[in-house]
Amino acid sequence: MKKYLSFFRMRLIAGFQYRTAAWAGISTQAVWGLLYVLLYRALYLAAPERLPMEIQALCSYVWVQQAFFSGWNPYAWEGELFSAVQTGTVAYELLRPADLYTMWTARTLALRLSRGALRFPPIILLGLLLPAPYGLRLTIGPAACGAFLLSFLLTLFLCCCLTMLCYGLTFYATDPKGIISIFAALSEFLSGGALPLPFFPPLLRRVAELSPFGSLQNVPLRIFGGDIAGAAILPALALQLFWCVVLAAAGYALLQRGLRRTVIAGG
Amino acid sequence: MKLYFRFFAIHIKSELAYPGSFLLNCLGRFLYFASILLGCLLVTDRFGAVGGHSLDEILLCFGVILSAYSLAECFARGFDRFSAIVREGQFDRLLARPRGLVFQVICQDLRLSALGNVLLGFGMLAWAILRGNIAWTLGKALTLAAMVLCGALLFFGVFLIYATLCFFTLEGLEILNIFTDGVKEHGRYPFDVYGKGVLWFLTALLPFALVQYWPLEYLMDRGPGWYGLLPLVSLWFLLPCYALWRFGVRKYKSSGS
Repeated sequence: MKKYLSFFRMRLIAGFQYRTAAWAGISTQAVWGLLYVLLYRALYLAAPERLPMEIQALCSYVWVQQAFFSGWNPYAWEGELFSAVQTGTVAYELLRPADLYTMWTARTLALRLSRGALRFPPIILLGLLLPAPYGLRLTIGPAACGAFLLSFLLTLFLCCCLTMLCYGLTFYATDPKGIISIFAALSEFLSGGALPLPFFPPLLRRVAELSPFGSLQNVPLRIFGGDIAGAAILPALALQLFWCVVLAAAGYALLQRGLRRTVIAGG
Repeated sequence: MKLYFRFFAIHIKSELAYPGSFLLNCLGRFLYFASILLGCLLVTDRFGAVGGHSLDEILLCFGVILSAYSLAECFARGFDRFSAIVREGQFDRLLARPRGLVFQVICQDLRLSALGNVLLGFGMLAWAILRGNIAWTLGKALTLAAMVLCGALLFFGVFLIYATLCFFTLEGLEILNIFTDGVKEHGRYPFDVYGKGVLWFLTALLPFALVQYWPLEYLMDRGPGWYGLLPLVSLWFLLPCYALWRFGVRKYKSSGS
């Protein structure tokens, strides 16, 4: 356990070095947040009764989403690890006396945490400075806040599981980019990345919510806005946990199977 | 021109060398934008209109912006990898050749899989046209074509700025992605939805509204005929882009070995 922790710490510190990239990310997320809020504002002013969520909940959704975007976006892959599998340098990784899955999970988790931690404060601040209902406001009680934090961590872990699944797929394809871009498109849409799930028609919404992608940002963002509240919180968290376990097991199995059949060429 | 087609053929062959992954690549990009389109349809379906714009207009906007971006992405991708070209010193090689520099960089790379999205964009335009709510004239058809082509050139201009900055920083400045990706992602709705500030910024400084919102007013018979000429006016933007590029080339110091 200790070696994975130190590996995690190492990657975390490395991640904190990329400050210029962080500023680029922060400005992008700030602009994205503003544009989304302006769009929802136009919809709200035209027909407030047709909005499927409270305008305040919707705007909080946008700001929290943008603030933690780099921690949560399902497609934060490391090109390095893909090419490690493709070029065969993964052999070096295998020489280490550590389990590959745990090691790479620690690495992915550290990357996401360091990126997210560098980027979220300015966006949160911007959200707080904007006037209600277009800014970020905390409208939920302490219990729901606790649920939000728990759900936040589960989302982070689930993102890592999905990323690991993608790395695992690399062992089976010469060029995994295609499969992964399909994967990214699906997760962006079904996790409520481009449009929150309450905007979906009932059937599609149900499918999206039950899919593993619906257990990503969709859950914490809607708990934060008070859209998932009361008795609905517990099942949502349980489903998140369920997908974490299933996808971690699937990713582990995929990676082990991939490793068994891998032949490292070259000297 | 003949030379370009030679390069073109080489890139097409290299991309098609793995037909399976090429198709999957296309499909992935296609799905991404198709899902965003679905999102737009859900919103318009629920609200009837977005900021006073009907589905026709949103399809036109999204179609124009998506096909313009994808055309630029397909042909001018060499500028996107430009930081690598400068850092590895390959630019010296380009300087030594007796051909135009911009031309050579364009020849460096071609992203064929972006063409799938050009088709998706054209599909949206076709859908908007076939819905039959717009009375088409020759002038309007020409305006629509100009919106796509001039839009592609504007994206190309931003790519050129991005590449020029690599001369000074050696590193791609991701911050410029705000403009390209921002227009690409949020240009699916007419820009006036985002309020006056955004609209004026995109009219006067980064003239993407001149290929989207203003000529659209003409297409919908809400604006005077000269709005249809605005896509051509937007091309002034290329002048400072090219001037900056020339300046960058003059200041260029090789970093490779």
